[in-house]
Amino acid sequence: VALTVETGRAPDLSAFLKRDGGETRLDLLVPGARCAACLGKIERGLTALPGVSTARLNLTSHKLAVTFKPGAADAGQVLKTLDRLGYQAQPYDPGRAKVEHDREGRRLVLAMAVAGFGVMNTMMFSVPLWAGIFGQELGPASRTLMMWLSGAVATPCALYAGMPFFQSAWRSLRVGRANMDVPISLGVLLALGISISETLLHGRDAYFDAAVSLLFLLLIGRWLDHQLRARARSAAEDLVALQSAPATVIDAEGRTVSVPVGEVKPGMVVLLRPGERVPVDAEVESGLSELDNSVLTGESRPVAVRPGQVVRAGALNIGGALRLRALVAAEDSALAGIARLVEAGAQSRSRYVRLADKAAALYVPVVHTLAALTFAGGWALGLDPRQALIRAVAVLIITCPCALGLAVPAVQITASARLFRRGVLVKSGAALERLAEVDHVVFDKTGVLTEGRPSLLDGDTAALRLAAPLARASSHPLARALAREAGDGPVAEDARETPGEGVEAVIEGRVARLGRAGFVGAKAMPRGETEIWFGFDGGEAWRFAFSDRLRPDAAQTLRALEARGLTVEIVSGDLDAPVAEAARSLGVAAWRAGVWPAEKAEAVAGLKAQGRKVLMVGDGLNDTAALAGAHCAMAPGAALDAAQNAADLVFSGEGLMAVVDAYDVARSARTHALENFGLSALYNVIAAPAAMLGLINPFVAAIAMSGSSLVVTLNALRTGVRARSEKEMGVKERAAAR
Amino acid sequence: MNILVFLAPFSLGLGLIGLGFFWWSLRADQYDDPVGDAERILLDDPEDRPAT
Repeated sequence: VALTVETGRAPDLSAFLKRDGGETRLDLLVPGARCAACLGKIERGLTALPGVSTARLNLTSHKLAVTFKPGAADAGQVLKTLDRLGYQAQPYDPGRAKVEHDREGRRLVLAMAVAGFGVMNTMMFSVPLWAGIFGQELGPASRTLMMWLSGAVATPCALYAGMPFFQSAWRSLRVGRANMDVPISLGVLLALGISISETLLHGRDAYFDAAVSLLFLLLIGRWLDHQLRARARSAAEDLVALQSAPATVIDAEGRTVSVPVGEVKPGMVVLLRPGERVPVDAEVESGLSELDNSVLTGESRPVAVRPGQVVRAGALNIGGALRLRALVAAEDSALAGIARLVEAGAQSRSRYVRLADKAAALYVPVVHTLAALTFAGGWALGLDPRQALIRAVAVLIITCPCALGLAVPAVQITASARLFRRGVLVKSGAALERLAEVDHVVFDKTGVLTEGRPSLLDGDTAALRLAAPLARASSHPLARALAREAGDGPVAEDARETPGEGVEAVIEGRVARLGRAGFVGAKAMPRGETEIWFGFDGGEAWRFAFSDRLRPDAAQTLRALEARGLTVEIVSGDLDAPVAEAARSLGVAAWRAGVWPAEKAEAVAGLKAQGRKVLMVGDGLNDTAALAGAHCAMAPGAALDAAQNAADLVFSGEGLMAVVDAYDVARSARTHALENFGLSALYNVIAAPAAMLGLINPFVAAIAMSGSSLVVTLNALRTGVRARSEKEMGVKERAAAR
Repeated sequence: MNILVFLAPFSLGLGLIGLGFFWWSLRADQYDDPVGDAERILLDDPEDRPAT
């Protein structure tokens, strides 16, 4: 997003309030609340307010629920109190975010608990059985009793805990494919079946404990994978909920009503205050203002609008208030076209085959052939069919992809936790796999390579001091940039702001103006820069020029990417001159300017057709289609919500080096995942022949299985360790900021 | 060995009670805010103080 505007206006929160009995409930997201002190401060500070009955902060999700008596307190007071305590809060609509209870996660946890219970209690009876194998005293009657008892505990537990795998295996078999869950289900069910029949026939080999512990270990992997996705999903839902800022509609009687954007119909009159985004494509009825179209086109310069002009949904109002007449409904706005492109991109991405599924495609036929050969060969070589079957099942159990099931999730959860600590949010494990394959990086300019807000290029220091009080009184982004440069100080009294023109006030007894050249009374020639003028009535005028500064570590990031053998390109919707300038100072040869949103997506699709794997880094609405279409996509935390939703990874903070960090960790994650596959393969190469020769008994199976899982998990913990350490990164970034 | 008739069901029963408690705690949203709950026990609740 090119320009950020902070307005002092109190937001209209009526759309976020919920009636709950005789009380009103307000849900807020407080991202800054991170410690116990915050918890006490916020809850105590709010409950001290008259009329507020409860305030409860969830420190895990940073959500705050406040209930108060209508009339005795109001939402504005709550926000003001939070602001005074030093916390920024945003209204949040849990209904819209569909934060339904995470059913799948709970089922997995419960299955894991049941499997855990099963493992522990089956072991109670398995240990005597193992002792029996090693010639300790255990009569046939006691052995059968132990087998019956362990079967009675393990069978129901395994059937319940295995459900997620059985269902997934069945779904995959129905469409004629075999995923990793097919050998798992088959192994577990056969192990249970053969153990029951052995118990009935007073045999020796019962694999009840192996069946449940297998499920327990696999469920850990499954749950880790689920956690990774759930965390990203809740982040995406937070964004959707925050996006639900209502539109202000003026009804037939002239009253202002705030309604959800989805309910704005063609012909309705919408009031657009400064700092708000245009909700739907509309025509300006009255008012003068400037719009920031950067999220639509990437162009950073504000555009003046007057009555009769058409404005596009998503544009940000940075001037005065406007009355708009809606032309279309929200779903038909310019935004919707981009949304369709995004959907198409997301679909093509869902066809990506994950590493674990590739491994399963190789693994499943091999293992099943081996088991079948064991049975047929054993029978042919003179074993009785029952013994041959037991050996075949032992092959299936011992090669059951326990380590394989943990190999990838354990690595990815470690990688994403490391990245999370560096401010990078990974949305899915598949995203890390795709990021590791990237060979070409496409950057958007505004807001990605640059800071996305104007900063003062040059200007007279004495004039800056004089203009500062006026600048502080205005909410225009250029004035704010000027005020930021000047630092704290007095604010001009009685300042009058003319929308789209400038601000004026009396300073030191003279009328001073800050704004467009014409407004200040200066003769200006267009110089291709964003500018603002300051002058006294009838006196000299000074010019302040602004530009969107490059991020301090942009050049360093591009060099680091090139050093890793990636090619870099800039594709921007901005004008030729600023893009060329940025490309020159960053030393990038390949750049394109003036590109429309659909063309960006085409550019990415074109690279894809050439066989390149593209990483797209973008932040605007104009980037979303390209983000969704790219092999992998990243967006900065300051990006528009839609862009963050279309991206696979979101990085926060000022530094662009996060892109390099994410790439390094993703590569490291792939290396370790492949190592894990290697370790599991090695284990299988040793264990499978042993099982075929009948050297495996239930005790050896239990040791081998948990041993291989442990090795794989320990290896996963090494992921990303050798990427830049956090301390080193902090030093570099501080140096770059200076 | 007769003691098994008593001990085996008894230990299984204990395990089941534990499992039941876990199921209850999951249903009762006990794991909604692990970070906050860990910090909350360290806070002095003003309401717990004796009235002065």
